[in-house]
Amino acid sequence: MSKTFTLDNKVIPFEDGQTIIQAAQAAKVYIPHLCYHPGFKPHGSCKLCTVKINGRQTAACTMQAAAGMVVESETIELNAERRTLTQMLFVEGNHFCPSCEKSGDCQLQATAYELGMMSAHFDHFFPNRPLDASHPDFILDLNRCILCSLCVRASRDVDGKNVFALAGRGIKTHLIVNAKSGKLADTDFSAQDKAAHVCPVGVILPKRKGFTVPIGERTFDKLPISEYVDTRLLDSDEK
Amino acid sequence: MEELDHHAEYLGPILDRYSHQPANLLQILREAQEVYGYIHPDAIDYLITQLRLPRTKIEGVASFYSFLYLEPRGQYRILFSDNITDRMLGSMELMTQMCHELWVEPGKVSEDGLVSIDTTSCTGMCDQGPAILVNNIAITRMTPRRVSEICGLVRKQVPLSQWPPAYFDVADNIQRKDLLLHDDFVPGIALVAALRRGQDGMLAEIKRSGLRGRGGAGFTTAIKWESCRNAQGKMHYVVCNADEGEPGTFKDRVLLTSYAHKVFEGMTLCAYVIGAGKGMLYLRGEYRYLRDHLEAVLQSRRQQNLLGNSILGQGGFDFDIDIHFGAGAYICGEESALLESLEGKRGTPRNRPPFPVTHGYLNQPTVVNNVETFAAACHIAQRGGAWYAAMGTPQSAGTKILSVSGDCARPGIYEYPFGVSVRQVLQDCGASNTQAVQVSGPSGITIAAHEFDRIIAFEDLPTAGAFMVFDQSRDMFEVARNFVHFFAHESCGFCTPCRVGTSLLRNMMDKLHNGHGSPYDFQEIENMNRLLLSMSHCGLGHTACNPVLDTIAKFRPAYERRLLQKDFTPAFDLDWSLEAARQMTGRDDSGAHILHPHHPKTET
Repeated sequence: MSKTFTLDNKVIPFEDGQTIIQAAQAAKVYIPHLCYHPGFKPHGSCKLCTVKINGRQTAACTMQAAAGMVVESETIELNAERRTLTQMLFVEGNHFCPSCEKSGDCQLQATAYELGMMSAHFDHFFPNRPLDASHPDFILDLNRCILCSLCVRASRDVDGKNVFALAGRGIKTHLIVNAKSGKLADTDFSAQDKAAHVCPVGVILPKRKGFTVPIGERTFDKLPISEYVDTRLLDSDEK
Repeated sequence: MEELDHHAEYLGPILDRYSHQPANLLQILREAQEVYGYIHPDAIDYLITQLRLPRTKIEGVASFYSFLYLEPRGQYRILFSDNITDRMLGSMELMTQMCHELWVEPGKVSEDGLVSIDTTSCTGMCDQGPAILVNNIAITRMTPRRVSEICGLVRKQVPLSQWPPAYFDVADNIQRKDLLLHDDFVPGIALVAALRRGQDGMLAEIKRSGLRGRGGAGFTTAIKWESCRNAQGKMHYVVCNADEGEPGTFKDRVLLTSYAHKVFEGMTLCAYVIGAGKGMLYLRGEYRYLRDHLEAVLQSRRQQNLLGNSILGQGGFDFDIDIHFGAGAYICGEESALLESLEGKRGTPRNRPPFPVTHGYLNQPTVVNNVETFAAACHIAQRGGAWYAAMGTPQSAGTKILSVSGDCARPGIYEYPFGVSVRQVLQDCGASNTQAVQVSGPSGITIAAHEFDRIIAFEDLPTAGAFMVFDQSRDMFEVARNFVHFFAHESCGFCTPCRVGTSLLRNMMDKLHNGHGSPYDFQEIENMNRLLLSMSHCGLGHTACNPVLDTIAKFRPAYERRLLQKDFTPAFDLDWSLEAARQMTGRDDSGAHILHPHHPKTET
């Protein structure tokens, strides 16, 4: 008999070493998340996957499952806090969904819909962030970066390249690329990299590819994000 | 090529000193910067080849720390300590004066590249402020006259080493001594006692003493030492947390200035108990002026066989201590962020568990304790745990050193047995008309007059040591706003709630400051507090709202004076936003103004 814990009163089996979100995904139960991806080491920074375990809140992507844990996730309170986090991510950057090529395929947008976010609530920061179109095949629009570090981990751990990293501190934290010029064209980034296909939002986008799938027929137009339990299904190269 | 050779010339010896180890990246960058005053892009090229690190890693680390620069700064980098206590002593006026005299804007470099002037988080000189740092060296007791003198020295480009030595005087200001601050400590005496007790015996005494960590959280020291000792690893480490970044605290500076032997001996005792081979003092960059003194103390301990191999003739007891410097990041006082920083990384708190006692420095079992905790351990070794436990209160054994600053006649260092009342401390330091005391810094608690009989102890007012006094003339709203700006500046940016939430909170307080506040904002602040408490990654986010919530609860009139509207006022000011257009068109007639800025209620 395998070990189990309960997630919103549902019994979830798990294997030793599995985190709560891994066990939940294996059982086809959705826990909202943005910086988590089953293919990479968990980061635990977006905090959207925060759940309540025996009364204490912690990120489901970094907490290992243990037998008998009582985990709450789909509560009014937790979803309200997740909604606020999503609003924070929206006001921190410059997210203009109607003009974004990723609209309909964007996990931030889809998560906001999932959580019932109706407005940004807070005053927008409107930061000045650069757009890097130097690379022949890809564009880097940092206005939309949510600092999930998935591209950092993909480039470092899968591609063995270290094309991306987080720099700065606090609200000035930002994505940098591995070039003295600061330009993507001067790195060894390529379209074949895993890092080219894991961005959950619209930062890393292929050039000369716009609206090939019309709005209305895109990933999250068809099904809400909670139906895509395994994030790997959403990677742009695996669709 | 010639350029690269030049960088190799000064970087070579630095790299040698740090064994070309990427784990020493922060130390290497700190020293590499001293040549140009910033980290030259070509120097990074050289470090990439020598350390085999990607540029992204080096720039990621360098850009995390306030005292490391990737862009040219002034030949003289002047930073004004921006704690509320510095402000109360007139620091902002002095900074304005200096900017005016040197023709430079705050935060910018002068056009000739000679000087840059900016603010920095509390530099730990609150009892002798206003304080500044010049090229990371502390100068205390700034006055308008001293500002003018310094401007003259800068203009004449006099090297810092030739500035009047009196500028660099840092006083201990010890006002009340108890156990830790008596001067009768003979180096080695506690180690001899510990060796006599044996490792188990020494740990048993620490247990009996009830000693709890002095960094503020109050974790039981014996449990930490025992768990670390029992953990498996290639090597065990002892780390002394001397990051002392909490605004208003400066007692570790005094302990390291005048009681360094006691601190190092406490670390050595810990090494003996847990079987550690290496110790590290993580000293905040603001205290860099202590380096030569501390190295000399370490050297004298090596000469006395109190460090090194077979300490005091005990075969197998090999232990030595290195000094590592921080570079301006409050978050590195959090123990797992400190360990990341020690490993040469960005100071981001780790996901826990696992805890440092099993997976600390380089993933090895590590004890991280505060400076004062190690000093206290020496007395327990000498006199025993039962004797120590008899001091203080049942849950808070021993003594506590307070760093007293603000509105009082005698600021400085006060050591009391735990259990002393706030009222007693206020009386001893010569405070009058006291409105409030901030205990344990911005992340601590604001105490109002009706609470002055509360006591300093883990069971009532736990504290890392800061004790800032505010008299009736002070505006407690502005105190809280200063603290909120501090948290927004020091948030590491790792987790969403703290990264964005501390900035939102800062904006809310600025909104009130600018006269756009309404009761709606109180609700917003409370919501933000709940979110930061439940969702943040570490203690910084958890405590960031404390000063605001405390001051709203206890000093509400200071907020209500700022509320112009009964219901809701947006931060956005429509008339003000037309100012740029007015300037461009040269208009200032009534048609160019919105006379009745009324905005529909947008939120409930």
